[in-house]
Amino acid sequence: MSVTEKYTALPEGSIEQRTTKINLGPTHPATHGVFQNILELDGETIVSAEQTVGYIHRAFEKIAERRPLYQITPLTDRLNYCSAPINNMGWHMTCEKLLGIQTPKRVDYLRVIVMELARIADHLICNSVIGVDTGAFTGFLYVMQYRELIYEIWEEVCGSRLTTNIGRIGGFERDFNDIAFTKLERFLKEYPEVLKEFESLFVRNRIFMERTIGTGPISAERALNYGFTGPNLRAAGVDYDVRVHTPYCSYQDFEFDIPVGSTGDTYDRFLVRNGEMWQSLRIIEQAYRKIQDMKGEEASIFHADVPEYYLPEKKDVYTKMEALIYHFKIIMGEIDIPPGEVYHCVEGGNGELGFYLISDGGRSPYRLHFRRPCFIYYQAYEEMIKGGMLSDAIIVMSSLNLIAGEMDG
Amino acid sequence: MRPEAYTMSLTNESIKQRLIEKFGEQVTGFEEPYGMLTFEAPKELNLKVLNFLYEDGELAFRFLTDLTAVHYPAYHGRELAVVYHLHNMTDNIRIRFKVFTSIAQPDVFTATGLFSSANWQEREAYDFYGVNFVGHPNLKRIQNVDEMDYFPQRKEYPLEDQTRIDKDDEMFGRGGSLDFGNKPTADKSRMIPESEQ
Repeated sequence: MSVTEKYTALPEGSIEQRTTKINLGPTHPATHGVFQNILELDGETIVSAEQTVGYIHRAFEKIAERRPLYQITPLTDRLNYCSAPINNMGWHMTCEKLLGIQTPKRVDYLRVIVMELARIADHLICNSVIGVDTGAFTGFLYVMQYRELIYEIWEEVCGSRLTTNIGRIGGFERDFNDIAFTKLERFLKEYPEVLKEFESLFVRNRIFMERTIGTGPISAERALNYGFTGPNLRAAGVDYDVRVHTPYCSYQDFEFDIPVGSTGDTYDRFLVRNGEMWQSLRIIEQAYRKIQDMKGEEASIFHADVPEYYLPEKKDVYTKMEALIYHFKIIMGEIDIPPGEVYHCVEGGNGELGFYLISDGGRSPYRLHFRRPCFIYYQAYEEMIKGGMLSDAIIVMSSLNLIAGEMDG
Repeated sequence: MRPEAYTMSLTNESIKQRLIEKFGEQVTGFEEPYGMLTFEAPKELNLKVLNFLYEDGELAFRFLTDLTAVHYPAYHGRELAVVYHLHNMTDNIRIRFKVFTSIAQPDVFTATGLFSSANWQEREAYDFYGVNFVGHPNLKRIQNVDEMDYFPQRKEYPLEDQTRIDKDDEMFGRGGSLDFGNKPTADKSRMIPESEQ
């Protein structure tokens, strides 16, 4: 026996294997959420992977079958919790579509502001976390201040920050106050520079480019077949955006571009998200200007007139009979929803967030299904990381912006 | 790319005509709730219809937006519905296609051959409603634990009664079960600071 053989021979009784299986998750800091990947490795190269989801499944679809419409909003918060307001608004608009409610323009614009802020908050987290996973921590800390500012604006509007439960069917529970607008102005003034500096940290950074270009690519055809939507699909070169394809909430009134990539790799996904933040800023500016231009009665309206679904003011509840009745009926969930079947989708932080609602005329939905973009495109993860390195698998995961709450529903 | 005759953009009416031309009376139940064309076909035909919608140069429904199941206990012999939402992104038109199956034999052909995205969505439909997708490469539970032996979103499993009082909530800081705060129990005394006891 040669010396080499002596030291490389396996101990007696062990099984010879070419590959190693490791668990990435469910509680691994790099997964940024509770989900598991069983990776089969040959050295550092990924041979195969199996994704497991469901660790925080909370049966929202089942719970929603007993709740009145307004009580389902807090459930939607917990889907993609990085951009909860988009989920809330999407749900309100689904209900409004079912009930045939027309919202005033000012409500639409206020909603657009809230939703685009949410998109910025969402992309900000995703992009800065790609930075963290490639070893650049600075950007992450730097932009967090401005996510904080966004949260402060939401706090002024609805009282909460992360799981917002913002707005009501028909509009908002209260008008934006002056502090909210002041903070919004501050955000619009300061954020462009911050975003520019954030970009300059990464976009032409040699290390970042080496790590991300060509990592985890997906072709447009495969992406469509896998049901990709949102920034991940646009990074592959398909300019599909629900805001443009099926405008909702008066998005047709705004001027904005859809950034697209070409190769669908991590770098493109990063750039598309960055581009979208600039576009979101543009939209917010336009919406804010439109609101400021409003005059007279229109300038103070913040909800549609739908007494059956929109809670009356508290002082009316104490003094007016009708308001008291509506208040009671709404709170007790005693309002029958008209029967119907409706699908409504909005452009969420991760793509097309759809609500499929079937009502049989009862007080809560007969069936409610959430089309959760994360859940659908996470299937492609194996195909994207196969043959790559283990460390690339991590940044592909963070660039897909996988949110466990949205995946598990 | 597309033949010139097909450049006319699709409408619900033209889709309906194409389907009737191809499948005759087998496609039924045409409706347009909230503007979305909805129809159904026998479950044996689901792949034929999906394939036709996918391959046809004019229709080209090549994006599976959503796949889910619904349980209708009242529909005898067709208790489970599988609902496909399809999207033609070029003409920007969506349709909803349903197949019904009996709950006793819930076999439906899988759409994974056409759409990779159907894989997990079918697993989810199986997990919650027990639809058996014939030909699926990996039909096992996805959200629930593998050991589960029922399909929880079916209507025969109601949500927990919210008024039940036999649950022990002690670990959630609400005192023991059946205790509405009227009489102090041995457990409750632990929550009162010693100085006040």
